[in-house]
Amino acid sequence: MTTFFAVLYYAAFAVLVVGVGLKIAQYARVPAPLKIPTTPAPLTRSGAALRVGREVALFESLFKANKPLWIFAMVFHLGLALVLIRHLRYFQDPVWLPVALLQPFGIYGGMAMIAGLAALLVRRIIVQRIAYISGPSDYAMLVLLLAIGFSGMMMKMVAHTDIIAVKAFFTGLMVFELRPLPADPILGLHLLLVAVLMLVFPFSKLLHAPGIFFSPTRNQADDPRERRHLAPWAADLERERT
Amino acid sequence: MADIEIPPMGDPGERAIPCLKPGAMATSKPYVAAAAHNEPLGFPGALVPDWQEKGIARMGELLGKYKSLQVFMDICVKCGACADKCHYFLGTGDPKNMPVARQDLFRSVYRRYFTPAGKALGAVGLGKLVGAREFTKDVLDEWFNYFHQCSQCRRCSVFCPYGIDTAEVSMAARDIMDNIGQGHKYANEILGKVHKIGNNLGLPGPALIDNLEGLEEDLKDETGLDIRMPVNQHGAEILLVTPSADFFAEPHVLGLMGYAKVFHAAGTSWTVSTKATEAANFALFIGNYEQMRKVAMRIREAALELGVKRIVFGECGHAWRVAYSFLNTLIGPMDFLDPRYPAPQHILEFTYDLIKRGGIKLDKSGNDGMVLTFHDSCNVARASRMGDFEGGQFVIPREVIKACVPKFVDMHPDTTHEKTFCCGGGGGLLTDELMDLRIKGAAPRMEALTDVAKREGVTHMAAICAICKAQFTKVLPTYGFDREMVVSVHQLVSNAIILGNND
Ligand code: HEM
Ligand code: SF4
Ligand code: SF4
Repeated sequence: MTTFFAVLYYAAFAVLVVGVGLKIAQYARVPAPLKIPTTPAPLTRSGAALRVGREVALFESLFKANKPLWIFAMVFHLGLALVLIRHLRYFQDPVWLPVALLQPFGIYGGMAMIAGLAALLVRRIIVQRIAYISGPSDYAMLVLLLAIGFSGMMMKMVAHTDIIAVKAFFTGLMVFELRPLPADPILGLHLLLVAVLMLVFPFSKLLHAPGIFFSPTRNQADDPRERRHLAPWAADLERERT
Repeated sequence: MADIEIPPMGDPGERAIPCLKPGAMATSKPYVAAAAHNEPLGFPGALVPDWQEKGIARMGELLGKYKSLQVFMDICVKCGACADKCHYFLGTGDPKNMPVARQDLFRSVYRRYFTPAGKALGAVGLGKLVGAREFTKDVLDEWFNYFHQCSQCRRCSVFCPYGIDTAEVSMAARDIMDNIGQGHKYANEILGKVHKIGNNLGLPGPALIDNLEGLEEDLKDETGLDIRMPVNQHGAEILLVTPSADFFAEPHVLGLMGYAKVFHAAGTSWTVSTKATEAANFALFIGNYEQMRKVAMRIREAALELGVKRIVFGECGHAWRVAYSFLNTLIGPMDFLDPRYPAPQHILEFTYDLIKRGGIKLDKSGNDGMVLTFHDSCNVARASRMGDFEGGQFVIPREVIKACVPKFVDMHPDTTHEKTFCCGGGGGLLTDELMDLRIKGAAPRMEALTDVAKREGVTHMAAICAICKAQFTKVLPTYGFDREMVVSVHQLVSNAIILGNND
């Protein structure tokens, strides 16, 4: 089991980092030939950066669009963020102070995450419009995250696992050393599902996390009259101009 | 049009989201362009035999050229925040008119041919699991029908948490269809006229000159003054580029007479050019950069030829998007113009400035008895700006209207400013064979108008777009209003402006 998970995690980590890295490189490389910020938009670049920041931290546009969905989305993502921060302790020795301070709240993060996901799943099933636009992969993603959340909470609330050993396993991986992982079925399930999540990340809609930073309707400043904007391929068309 | 079912008009604050009516608009489509429309633009005359391969190749090319398209294809999470925001969905209930579903027509093909999961699963017939579809003739037909049920109004992009703009996807789809010979007749025919004659209506130079002379006479009769409408005047200060509908369609032409009065009162010399007698750039609708650039280039040439110092655009929504947001990119740098003025400038910026400086005087009694509301044109509201501050495109037209009329009332806030609804005829859909769609798509705007007409006694709705004006003139009667209820903003200025003895 230890060897299996060691290999799996090296592979999953590589796929995640390389896959997302390639996607980010692609988003950065493809030019935006025209100025298309959704107006009214900030007039300056720093203003536009702030706008993206508000979208990431507050889901500003979603708030305008749909209040219940905004609440579900916030509950889920904030929960997820807390859980992710809490998990950092498995990779750090010593644990950073902010991570340590957040530990007591991690448990609420887990609950929030599960509650948010459940609400999103129910919404997807019962709202006719949303059911219409949902495909198998959309349900699968929610179920996967829910399963990760449940298996994690199980270990916290019901069947405790030896987290000291788990930490040893992961810090070991980071220095290319195999240290034994507890042979606990719930832990095995949890780790397996997380590896699946890492493997599908670069090929799925989870790309919204890096992608939002590259959305031209949000990250461009509204200054087309003041500043000439020209993509390299569009500049090539200029050569024939008189 | 008695056979077209109009959605019931309710309270715009509590608009019900329609139940899904799958297939409701499945047969709505524009005419397919013939060889005579496609070939002058460099597109194949008819659907090419290897269209599937060519279409996919073109998709790949666009994905490499447009960040918006590449990013938007990947990052939609199917949250449905956009689903109930499109006027065509609200008016028809057809689920494929939900912006995300419209994008998915394109995204499914993208996934099949450009993503690892779609390629792998698609090859063994399991593409459905990840929303991937073969690019079949049925899919192409669906594209043609539903990408011509999008007016590229960007309302969906306001509400999407990632700003995904379905207009970008529609434009890409139309560009691909043009490149495989499945063009949209209305748009391509008009582009042909622009290249050949200089404007969308196919109005030749001599006819235009004749027409403007007639208008000068009308102005003389009305005011007793020699208010000029100059054509091809070298050395004029301003080149006016305006939608060709302004030259004779009602109520557009009343706006043009307003511009002439404003220029006259300001004592600024101006001219139109027979080379650039069209502000609208229909290449925007078909998403083709090269065409858009070619159409825009006439304006640069006209401005250089006549030696003008400023370029001013007349009232037109999509035209202003291309002018404000793209002109500097397409034909810049415009360093031959006077750097003290924005290049290009909107006629409303010009008039607003004069009003603020006291350069013109207005008398509201010229519009006695009128209660005005204002329709924010989608492409002015969400794809451009006026003035030097964020949101100027909302403030400036309203300030000008308020200076001209005794009473002004805004429609429900869910239907104005950046949340405005498209008139229902934008994006190259202003063609008679799409009348059913146009009427239903106008429903959310008509609902908000009905509300203020009832509550506040609104008598007129001002618009600043040639398409909005033409579309409303056509659909208002279906909703029980007078077709002359829609007016140009500069028509109001024209009625209110005090000419002649200004001191
Ligand atoms: C920059 C960071 C991120 C931002 C700004 C962000 C934002 C959003 C927003 C606005 C939504 C739409 C509302 C909703 O349906 O909940 C969403 C959906 C979603 N996000 Fe994120 N997200 C981020 C990171 C992540 C990460 C790291 C994951 C998972 C590992 C994730 C998983 C999801 C899922 C599964 C959905 C779809 C929920 C559904 O099916 O309804 N997100 N995200
Ligand atoms: S751009 Fe406008 S017409 Fe097109 S899908 Fe979005 S809201 Fe509908
Ligand atoms: S709002 Fe944006 S992310 Fe959500 S379904 Fe619509 S396009 Fe996709």
